[in-house]
Amino acid sequence: MSDLTKMSAAQLAKAIADKEASAVEVATAHLDRIDAVDERVHAFLHVDREGALAAAAKVDAGEVSGPLAGVPIAVKDVIATKGVPTTAASKILEGWRPPYDATLVERLRVAGTVMLGKTNMDEFAMGSSTEYSAYGPTNNPWDLGRIPGGSGGGSAAALAAYEAPLAIGTDTGGSIRQPGAVTGTVGAKPTYGGTSRYGLIAFSSSLDTPGPCARNVEDAALLHSVIAGHDPRDSTSIDQPVPDVIGAARLGAGGDLSGVKLGVVKEFAGDGSEPGVLSAFHESLEALVKLGAEIVEVSCPHFQYALPAYYLIAPSEASSNLARFDGVRYGLRTGDDGSRSLEEVMSLTREAGFGPEVKRRIILGTYALSSGYYDAYYGQAQKVRTLITRDFEAAWQKADVLVSPTTPFVAFPFGSRTSDPYQMYLADLFTIPTNLYGGPAISVPCGLSEGLPVGFQVMAPTMADDRMYRVAAALESAVGTLTPPTLEASA
Amino acid sequence: MAAISREEVAHLARLSRLAVTEEELDRFAGQLDVILQSVARIGDVAADDIPPTSHSVPLTNVYRDDVPVPSLTQEEALSGAPDAYEGRFRVPQILAEED
Repeated sequence: MSDLTKMSAAQLAKAIADKEASAVEVATAHLDRIDAVDERVHAFLHVDREGALAAAAKVDAGEVSGPLAGVPIAVKDVIATKGVPTTAASKILEGWRPPYDATLVERLRVAGTVMLGKTNMDEFAMGSSTEYSAYGPTNNPWDLGRIPGGSGGGSAAALAAYEAPLAIGTDTGGSIRQPGAVTGTVGAKPTYGGTSRYGLIAFSSSLDTPGPCARNVEDAALLHSVIAGHDPRDSTSIDQPVPDVIGAARLGAGGDLSGVKLGVVKEFAGDGSEPGVLSAFHESLEALVKLGAEIVEVSCPHFQYALPAYYLIAPSEASSNLARFDGVRYGLRTGDDGSRSLEEVMSLTREAGFGPEVKRRIILGTYALSSGYYDAYYGQAQKVRTLITRDFEAAWQKADVLVSPTTPFVAFPFGSRTSDPYQMYLADLFTIPTNLYGGPAISVPCGLSEGLPVGFQVMAPTMADDRMYRVAAALESAVGTLTPPTLEASA
Repeated sequence: MAAISREEVAHLARLSRLAVTEEELDRFAGQLDVILQSVARIGDVAADDIPPTSHSVPLTNVYRDDVPVPSLTQEEALSGAPDAYEGRFRVPQILAEED
């Protein structure tokens, strides 16, 4: 394994700028690493060797500069990349090559990053384990028999397997943070509207938020600052300056949290978390107190209803969003033998193209939106969303950030939560409230439980993304980053 | 009592344009029943006088300046189509032929 693949994004950007390494050398080292280990990890659905080497050559020729010039990146397959296959891990989009780039992909190019390929995920970002990918799961580099989290398990595993120093994820209910937690990497969900959704294949439009994945907090902040900011092509994009996340990460790395109040959510204190997760969380709290932070207990009484509200709101929006897959404009068409009607072909196409979790959520969302059930389900969930937002706003009167474990349990073995879909949903117990509120949150590694990574979550007020980076970087300075197994032994 | 019946799931699948199999109907009916029983406790929250939140960013009528920019060509727009004909998306029959 090349030393280039072990370097951080910040180190790589500097080495390339200082001409200590060429962008082509860096890209080649990562592509070779993918060749060596991805058969076992399966983080990637598509590797664009040719495109990556061409982009790297442009950096070396001085045609492209930018803060991350020459730094390789992996992009979740739910994001449109012009001419490069984009499937959302679904059979219904197999082989689709978008005719345009997502806004954030354009920004990545301007920043000089080199895209290595597209990463695996749960189909249409619905899941917590990548087991719902139509192309087979991603294996967690810490233990290849366990899940890498989801939906963005491919992006997180690519980082942990040293296949890429940076990756892009999307977070609707925890799909950046929970994979970060179970792979020992950093994942940040920006404020909703802080990053553009243009070119993101929509799952739940009022919740979907693209964001950065990295192996350390500073790298996540560097990537965050590149992709964030107002986009006229996304009407929900926030037209305000991007918080200084890089400055905050560097401030936090200094290890001083004097005067910072950390709110521990009373309702998340015990139930549902594994003992090893809780002890790593409490040790982290002690480490943060040593850095000067103050702990306050806050009560968020409606957080217990976040999971039910989410599993009504997200499927409802998904049932509407996924209506666009009708076998007419792109993707699969099945059963068009000349005798069948449009509606029959559409039903056969969707039946063949969607996997079981996607079908379940479409049916569930259609139910929650139907007349007679709308008020009791979707309408009530929207009211609970208001109450959860009020819980956050009350908490900000007492605390600067809220903290919790990222997910109640460490990476679980494949197949252990697929028979009962609700057991899978519990993986997102602690991440979902933030999505319903719309604020930012980050997961940072805080230790091991039975040899597997545990994530520490920091939640912050809307457009105060810098606060979570400061606290996350301070924790990282105290407990260090985790070093995943190198995967060489089993080669 | 089940929150959702097999017949209801079949009806919803038709509305959703999903030609589900009999085996899927059996499986989904049971699974959706478990999910609905789990989320039903949302009804316990007293929220009659609470306004709904559809969206975390309160926005109405977002406009931008009407500046012409290049868009996809017809060829690009049709590039992913399962079937195209003379610059258009070709679809299966919408109305049955009279016979």
